[in-house]
Amino acid sequence: MRALDGSETANLLEVRGLTKIFGTLKACDAIDLTIAKGEIHALLGENGAGKSTLVKMLFGSLEPHSGEISWNGQPVRIASPHAAKKLGIGMVFQHFSLFEALTAAENIALSLNEDTPISTIAAKAKALSYSYGLPLDPYSLVGDLSVGERQRIEIIRCLLQTPELIILDEPTSVLTPQEADKLFETLERLRSEGKSILYISHRLEEVKRMCDRATVLRHGKVVGHCDPRKETAASLARMMVGNEVKPVVRPPSEGIEKAASLLEVRGLSRKPATPFSIPLRDIKLDVRAGEVIGIAGVAGNGQGEFFEAVSGEALQDDGATVRIRGKDAGRLSISGRRLLGAAFVPEERLGHGAAPRMRLSENLLLSRHTTDRKAFLGPAGLVQSGAVKAASQRIVEEMDVRKSAVDPEAAALSGGNLQKFIIGRELDRQPAVMVVNQPTWGVDAGAAAHIRQALIELARSGSAVLVISQDLDELFEISDAIAVMHNGELSKPLPRAEATFEKIGLLMGGAEPGHVEPALEVA
Amino acid sequence: MFESILITIATAATPLLIASIGELVVERSGVLNLGVEGMMVMGAVTGFGVALATGSPWLGVLAAVLVGALFSLLFGFLTLTLVTNQVATGLALTLLGLGLSGMIGESFVGLPGVKMSYLYIPYLTDIPYVGKLLFGQDPLFYVSILLTAGVAWFLFRSRAGLTLRSIGDNHTSAHALGINVIGIRYLAVMFGGACAGLAGAYLSLVYTPQWIENMTAGRGWIALALVVFASWRPWRVLAGAYLFGAVSIGQLHAQALGIGVPSQLLSSLPYLATIVVLVLISRNRRLTMVNTPASLGRPFVPDR
Repeated sequence: MRALDGSETANLLEVRGLTKIFGTLKACDAIDLTIAKGEIHALLGENGAGKSTLVKMLFGSLEPHSGEISWNGQPVRIASPHAAKKLGIGMVFQHFSLFEALTAAENIALSLNEDTPISTIAAKAKALSYSYGLPLDPYSLVGDLSVGERQRIEIIRCLLQTPELIILDEPTSVLTPQEADKLFETLERLRSEGKSILYISHRLEEVKRMCDRATVLRHGKVVGHCDPRKETAASLARMMVGNEVKPVVRPPSEGIEKAASLLEVRGLSRKPATPFSIPLRDIKLDVRAGEVIGIAGVAGNGQGEFFEAVSGEALQDDGATVRIRGKDAGRLSISGRRLLGAAFVPEERLGHGAAPRMRLSENLLLSRHTTDRKAFLGPAGLVQSGAVKAASQRIVEEMDVRKSAVDPEAAALSGGNLQKFIIGRELDRQPAVMVVNQPTWGVDAGAAAHIRQALIELARSGSAVLVISQDLDELFEISDAIAVMHNGELSKPLPRAEATFEKIGLLMGGAEPGHVEPALEVA
Repeated sequence: MFESILITIATAATPLLIASIGELVVERSGVLNLGVEGMMVMGAVTGFGVALATGSPWLGVLAAVLVGALFSLLFGFLTLTLVTNQVATGLALTLLGLGLSGMIGESFVGLPGVKMSYLYIPYLTDIPYVGKLLFGQDPLFYVSILLTAGVAWFLFRSRAGLTLRSIGDNHTSAHALGINVIGIRYLAVMFGGACAGLAGAYLSLVYTPQWIENMTAGRGWIALALVVFASWRPWRVLAGAYLFGAVSIGQLHAQALGIGVPSQLLSSLPYLATIVVLVLISRNRRLTMVNTPASLGRPFVPDR
């Protein structure tokens, strides 16, 4: 450890006994943490372990109940994010703090607190984004951008403030392996410049590869400090979860070649829905009974548009472009497609996958009252709330959803638990075709393993499963074949045995012949 | 003849424009203040009374602006600090303003008021056809145009305006960035109140220099509708205010000429036009997203 070599302690940040209480819950319980100058410090923990709360206190958005923070040896009180920025703490948020109605450049300008003209900021942001391999069009409207592109804005915004300590909350979950490598180079460059980085991640491999030290949180308490390079991914996971994380098992798929294709996509094209979105170009795909097909790709290459077209959020002109269980579905609504036996889980959990202020049972009824009319609706269409609640309870038990009340509002659940519920809600129907967009984004290791295993089991029981994800580890773990989406085109699926990170990564960057480089990367 | 019609249109449009521009700033910060009518009528009675007592219309205007801002401060305290429902509080503010102004103004009824003099610049005002229109109107007309230009510049060219719009778009994100959401909203609400007070003073010192109970006659509501009609853009508010000014003047001329269009239909036009605009902009997701303050009317409680 660098801090121990000299007589002078080079600790940038020291936290002693930091505690935050919400009602009866101790979200952070006497946390100790030291970050030395020029180190990359990992903060590990499951969802709900208190990482976000701790980080928010360091960034001044939450006020601690007790405890001390010292900065460069001086005790400080971080009363607001503004104060944090003044000290030299920069933050890349997990739940984006961006303004959809403003452009990327305006979003960046808002956190800079100086009167630099927007055009200068835009030029700086653009230059910085290209030098760090995170291309960004500063004049695009955030509302038109994908999750991954929004995260780029967050990262660039933070770097432009030239902070001493950079807090990164799950920064690589939406990057290609090559882009992640670029980011690691950047972080290492920042470290060599003497900057410190607090790195929050679920990806234990990258923590092991890059971080100098790690602090592990569980249930709001520090359960250990360690040198991640000396640990294994399994031992780190064990510290985080408190017990072994069951590895995902993918039983061999047999006779898939002869199985019927349950989801067929033929010549699917779509014009861009907004001036900034990606058109779909002649997509062809088969998902057969019993297999999991993964779709990889950098955020914003048409995955969202593709999901909308398959799920029925956007209708096609020609009904035959999407066929579910042998029937033309391209002109059917979402409910129509569900009635054919398909199930869909969209990318955003709150607001898209679930209505935030409604109870779990109500959310269940909302999505399934058409397909499960007989079970949930009685005579004259009255809601059988008993049946709905029982089904909701069944899903909660099946998926091990942890919640604080009997039937809480969707927004009251942590991301991982809500995602388990939403996936469980669809699995409970035993769908013949399941399409999931980003199944485990921002979900902790334990919950993610649970969700992945459930998807594999669904496929092996004879359903067709299509998973769109930016998490390559996940796709390699669960898919029987992986296709790559780039600039609105879909490559041929590579069987799992032939697919390597290298190959998929190159496809994600648009290496396949015939692909057109998007204008952004040329500039 | 033509010039004088244009001047009457401007006179009808100016109070709408001033009140709407104020409300536009309030709504761009994410607060919906339905109390425009109440603040306006308070401004009208204050302006009239102070001008009558001091003999100076300018002191009347100043007092109206202050009272409008103070009255909106009440709304701000209730909705921003105590986090009451903005719609209900705004409606209550209107009812309170109408009642209170009636009580204050009881002794003013029937008294001749003080009229603000029109601008006169030798030679310029005497230019035929356009002189009076451009250089011979009441001073508040020029204020209203400058106000529009100033707000347009502030919102879309200045950093402070960007901050204000960011709060209207997403107050949670703004708070996370360390922007003082409540403080800025207080300022916006008070600006809106001051504008409404000014618009009220225009009615009782320029438009018809006398005090009549409920003399705003629904103009506060038209101002609210105009903000939506203009999809929260200052120059469109100006266009809308003049359009509605023209409609209301045209309605008078139509009646004089004996054209049989029911006046009720004509006076409902602003609201119909607003509905049409809402339908049109909601068809385009992008337009809605860019222009509509997404956190409009939503309560904000910072977590700390």
